[in-house]
Amino acid sequence: MTAEPAHGRLIMWLSFVLALLFGQLHLPEWLDRFRPDWVALVLVYWSLALPQRCSVGTGWVLGLIQDAAQGTLLGQHALGLALIAYLTVRFHQRIRVFPLWQQALSILLFLLLDQLLVIWINGMIGYPPTDFWYLAPPLGGMLTWPLLFIVMRDLRLRYQIS
Amino acid sequence: MGKFESSRQGKSLFAPEAAASIRLLVLAVASVVLMTLDHREQHLEVVRNALSTLLYPVQMVAQAPFEIADWVSSSFESRSALLDENQRLREKQLFINAQLQKLTALEAENRRLRALLESTINVSAERVLIAEILTVDFDPYRHQVLLNRGTLHGARVGQPLIDERGIIGQIAHANLMTSTAVLITDPSHALPVQINRNGIRSLAVGTGRLNELELPNIPNNGDVRIGDLVITSGLGGRFPRGYPVARVTRVEFDPGRPFARIFAQPTANLDRIREVLLILDDIPDPARPPRTDAGEDSAAPPRAAPAIVAPVTPAQTAPAPAAAPAPAAPPAPAPAPSAAATAKPRQHKPAAGHTR
Repeated sequence: MTAEPAHGRLIMWLSFVLALLFGQLHLPEWLDRFRPDWVALVLVYWSLALPQRCSVGTGWVLGLIQDAAQGTLLGQHALGLALIAYLTVRFHQRIRVFPLWQQALSILLFLLLDQLLVIWINGMIGYPPTDFWYLAPPLGGMLTWPLLFIVMRDLRLRYQIS
Repeated sequence: MGKFESSRQGKSLFAPEAAASIRLLVLAVASVVLMTLDHREQHLEVVRNALSTLLYPVQMVAQAPFEIADWVSSSFESRSALLDENQRLREKQLFINAQLQKLTALEAENRRLRALLESTINVSAERVLIAEILTVDFDPYRHQVLLNRGTLHGARVGQPLIDERGIIGQIAHANLMTSTAVLITDPSHALPVQINRNGIRSLAVGTGRLNELELPNIPNNGDVRIGDLVITSGLGGRFPRGYPVARVTRVEFDPGRPFARIFAQPTANLDRIREVLLILDDIPDPARPPRTDAGEDSAAPPRAAPAIVAPVTPAQTAPAPAAAPAPAAPPAPAPAPSAAATAKPRQHKPAAGHTR
């Protein structure tokens, strides 16, 4: 069942690097507002598929990198992504059997939680949100989830990562 | 769900969950500690620099499509258009050079006159470094940009950024190959300014909107009009004196408030800039004694880091107005800036003497 783990790890981290890249890519402003947290989505996918291998620790490390990439406080995204990974691992057996749209709804919930945490910390250190646009990225994430899930599943099956 | 755990065999199925909750707790505490350290002290710059260096290839790839688009559009530009542009630039350079000659003479004259007056204000040329803003997106709530110059090229924390229209911001984190700059409109940023027309001093505080700065602490009877040019005052020692910052766009006098509400628009097009100048240290003028401005340690070598940070911190801004040399005794009330400073939470700012 298990292929060589190093091989799977490479694919996993490549997908995270791609997610980081998508998060940094310059987009026009209207699209930027809906830009999903790609790293969070990919993290949810991996901890859903392989909770033994991708869990809270992975999320935390990714969050730190995300913090450096986004210029936020070190630990801000780390906390949010660790929490997301925890929730996914905790409920992975339920979420796995959901139909895609229902999965997307649970992802929305996770992403909202993460976003609220980040916004809350931002507010504490002097960056209060000025409008309600901060709700847009989780929505974008929800809409992206089905596509991402299908692509990632094909990728995983193709390389037989388990 | 938990009560079924013991009855099941597959240990590996449930092991991650049990371990995960403990790990989450530990990591959550770690995150909070990290955030506090990052926010209050600047001990984590090393970690941030290491992570940013790791990210450099990713950022370069993110940048690539724009570089390619630029290259394509410039290589397909017609010859006549290029010739036209060349001609225009030539004329412009001639014009600027002519002005520059006058400036050199004026600078020399100014220095002589100041020496006669025994003024301590130093008029010196600054060395600059051209940097390009990379098209990489950051957290949308922070006004930060990524520059393609790092410590390898001489960029250091706290260096001011300007372009041909005025002040843009300053470097917040200097990594090896890149650096992150905070724009003057970032909500955590403030810089000491004065009105060019009459020398009223204030701070230009970022509002979080790219086209607006707020000038707090100017009393209701302060002489500020729409259209006034706001320039850097050079107090605080981080931004050089006399660079344009903004133009006053809105002045609201409310008798119920002690201070007027004054807003200004940055003179630089903060959302459209591509290339910026990083001001390196002032070249010390050999003909003059080391400067004795407030906040500058006259005994310190000329390349020492500025002693006062431009973005307000409650502890550090308080002494600034009192220690500032006030040759013309401007009407700005002394305690006011510190009051505003305490209202501003500090965040991500380069600390005094933190440059490596």
